[in-house]
Amino acid sequence: MIRLPYYPGCAVQTTARNYAISGIAVAEKLGVELVELPKWNCCGVFPSLATDDLMRHLAPIRNLIHVQEMNDSGVVQNENRVVTFCSMCFHTLKEASLFVKDEEKLGKINTFFEREKEFVGGVKQGYKGGIKALDFLEVLRDIIGYEKIAKEVKKPLKGLKVAPYYGCLVIRPREIGIDDPENPTILENILEALGAEIINNPNRTQCCGSYHTIDRKDIVAKLTYDNLIYPIRNGAEVVVTCCPLCTFNLDFRQKEARELHRDLKEIPVMYYTQLMAIAFELDKQFYGVDLELHHVDPRPLLKAKNLY
Amino acid sequence: MEIKQKKEKKEEIVRIYIMGREYKVPAGLTIMKAMEYAGYRFIRGCGCRGGFCGGCATVYRVKGDYKLRMALACQKTVEDGMYTSQIPFTPAEKPIYNLEELSPSVNVFLEYYPEIAKCVSCNTCTKACPQDLEVMDYVQAAIRGDIQEVAELSFDCIMCGLCAMRCPTEIVPYNVALLARRLYGKYVMPKAKHVEERIKEIESGKFDEEIRRLKETSMNNLKEMYEKREIEPE
Amino acid sequence: MDLAEKVKSISGEDVLSCYQCGLCSGSCPVRYAMDLSPTQVIRLVQIGEVEKIFESNTFWICSTCFTCQARCPRKINITKIMEALRQIRLRRDQDKIALSKIPKEELKIFPPIALVSNFRKTTS
Repeated sequence: MIRLPYYPGCAVQTTARNYAISGIAVAEKLGVELVELPKWNCCGVFPSLATDDLMRHLAPIRNLIHVQEMNDSGVVQNENRVVTFCSMCFHTLKEASLFVKDEEKLGKINTFFEREKEFVGGVKQGYKGGIKALDFLEVLRDIIGYEKIAKEVKKPLKGLKVAPYYGCLVIRPREIGIDDPENPTILENILEALGAEIINNPNRTQCCGSYHTIDRKDIVAKLTYDNLIYPIRNGAEVVVTCCPLCTFNLDFRQKEARELHRDLKEIPVMYYTQLMAIAFELDKQFYGVDLELHHVDPRPLLKAKNLY
Repeated sequence: MEIKQKKEKKEEIVRIYIMGREYKVPAGLTIMKAMEYAGYRFIRGCGCRGGFCGGCATVYRVKGDYKLRMALACQKTVEDGMYTSQIPFTPAEKPIYNLEELSPSVNVFLEYYPEIAKCVSCNTCTKACPQDLEVMDYVQAAIRGDIQEVAELSFDCIMCGLCAMRCPTEIVPYNVALLARRLYGKYVMPKAKHVEERIKEIESGKFDEEIRRLKETSMNNLKEMYEKREIEPE
Repeated sequence: MDLAEKVKSISGEDVLSCYQCGLCSGSCPVRYAMDLSPTQVIRLVQIGEVEKIFESNTFWICSTCFTCQARCPRKINITKIMEALRQIRLRRDQDKIALSKIPKEELKIFPPIALVSNFRKTTS
C-alpha cells in the first residue's frame, strides 16, 4: 500500500461526492491509500493570474503547508506529493506551487504566515517549497500504470460507448497540464483498460463555460450543446469527465442547451472513477450513482448494459 | 534618583489616546473603565461588562507596533501609548430566513451568504477574534456545507462583529455561524429525550393544577416556599 | 502609470511581441459572445488605447480556458492579459455581478467551485 496525502476540496464533499467515493475506493483497490489532510481549506480556485496578487495565493499555499505538517507529525513519511480528484483544485494547487518558486514572492507570502504563530488556529510554519500537486489521473498513469488497472477489471465495460471529456484545467496551460494540451490520451487509455468502446469527441478539450454558469447560463448552454452534440452523433452513450465543474455544466445545463437546440438528446455524464468502480465490480455504494447527484440518471443505461 | 521616581510614576499612570485625544489614566483599568475615568459616558457599545455580550468591540494600536489589534473594551486593560476607538455597531448583512422552511443541505450557507465563496483563507478574521475562535476554519467549513463543524467551531462566538470589520472580502462570519448553530440545534443535534417527555407532560396538563395553586398563593408564602425549596446538588 | 503600462505590469506579458495572426480569436470558444476579439484587444493594448477595451465585454466573457495561451505562436499568455484587464476594473471596486441578483434556487445547486471561481473573476 502506498500512502499519499489527499486534498479533497469543497466540490467532492458536496456536488461531486460520487467522484470521491468512487475514486477513494478505486485507489484502495489499486494499492493506494489516500490520507486526507487533517486540516484543509478551499483551494481558492481560480488561481490569480496577476503577477502582483499574492493574497489569492494564500489559500493554496496554506494547504501545501498542511502537507508539510502531515510529514512533521508522522502521518506520512517524506512525502512531497498531494493528490486531488478535482481538476480545479489540482490546477490551483499546482499553479501556486509554481508561483512561489520565485523566492521573493514566497518570502512575502511566508512573512504573512509567520504572523500566525501567535494565535489559535494559525499555521506554525511557512511554506518550504517542493510540494507537488498530483491529479489522480497522474497517479493512475504514472504510479499505478494502465496494465495494473486492466488486471483489476472483473467486469469489462464491453459495448459501453464512452466519450471522454477533459475540459481545460487538467491539460492547460502546458506547464501545469498533465498531458498534451491538444491531444490528451490519458482518459482514453484508462477507459480502454476498462474494456469500454471509445467514441471520438472532437470537443473533448474545449471549455465547458466554467464559472459563467453563475451569471451567463446562455454561454454555458451553447458550449454544453457543442461539447455534447458531436459525441452523441458519433454514437456515445455516456460522457466521461474528470472535473466537478465540467460535470455540473455538461449534466445540469443540458436542459438550457436543449432550449437552444431541440435535437440534443439526454446523455448521462459520469466520472471516470465511477466507471472504474463498476468495472472492478466494487460494492455498489462505491459507484456513486445512488446519491441523487446526477441530473441525467445513468442507471437506466447501466442496467441496460448489465453493469448495475 | 530623579529618573527612578519618574519610572515609578509611569507604572501607575499611563497615557492613552481615545479617538485621537490624549488622556492620562491609572494603569490596570480596562479600556472601558479608562474611558469612563476620562469622562466618557457609554450609552451604546457597552453591555454586560463581563466579556459575554460582544457589545464593546474595540480597535487599538500600541505606539511603536505596526499591528492593528482587536479586543473587547471591558476585557482589555490599557497600555501606555495605546490608541483606541470603539466599534459599537457593525452594519452587517443579515438575510431573512425562516428556520422552519430551511433544510440542513450542503448548499444552505452558499444560498443565504454566497459571499463566503470569496474567502481567500487569509485568516485575518481569526486574528481579529477576541474569543480566540478559528473563524476562517468555520467559514471554510460553511463553504463545504459542514453544519456541525461550523456550529462547534463558532460555539463561543459573542457576535462582536470584529471579524466582519476586518474581512478583506466582506464576509460576515458571525451571521453565517449563527445560521449554522440554529440549523444544528434544530435539525442535526440529537434531541434530548427527557426534555421532549417533559414538554409532553406540560402539554397534557400534568402541571396545570400545581401552577393554579402557585398562582393562588400569597406573596409571603411564595417567598417562604422559595427559601425552603430543594436545591439541586452542584 | 497609464493603463497600457498597467496591463503589462499586472500581466507580466510583452504585448509588443504579438504579430496579430488571429489564432487566439480563432481558437476562443467564447469569441462569438465578445464585442472585441482577443486579437483586437491585444492590438489596442499595443497602441495604448485601453479605454476602448473597457467599453467592450471581452475580458469579462473570457472564461480562462487557456486555449489561446496554449496555441499562441508568440508564446503570449493572453489569458493573463484578460486577467489584468479584469483586475484593473475590480481594483476600482467595479464589480461585474451583484451577488444579491443570483437566484436562490440556483444557489442551492451550484458546486462551491463555481461560485468561488466566479466571484474571483467578477467581484472585488
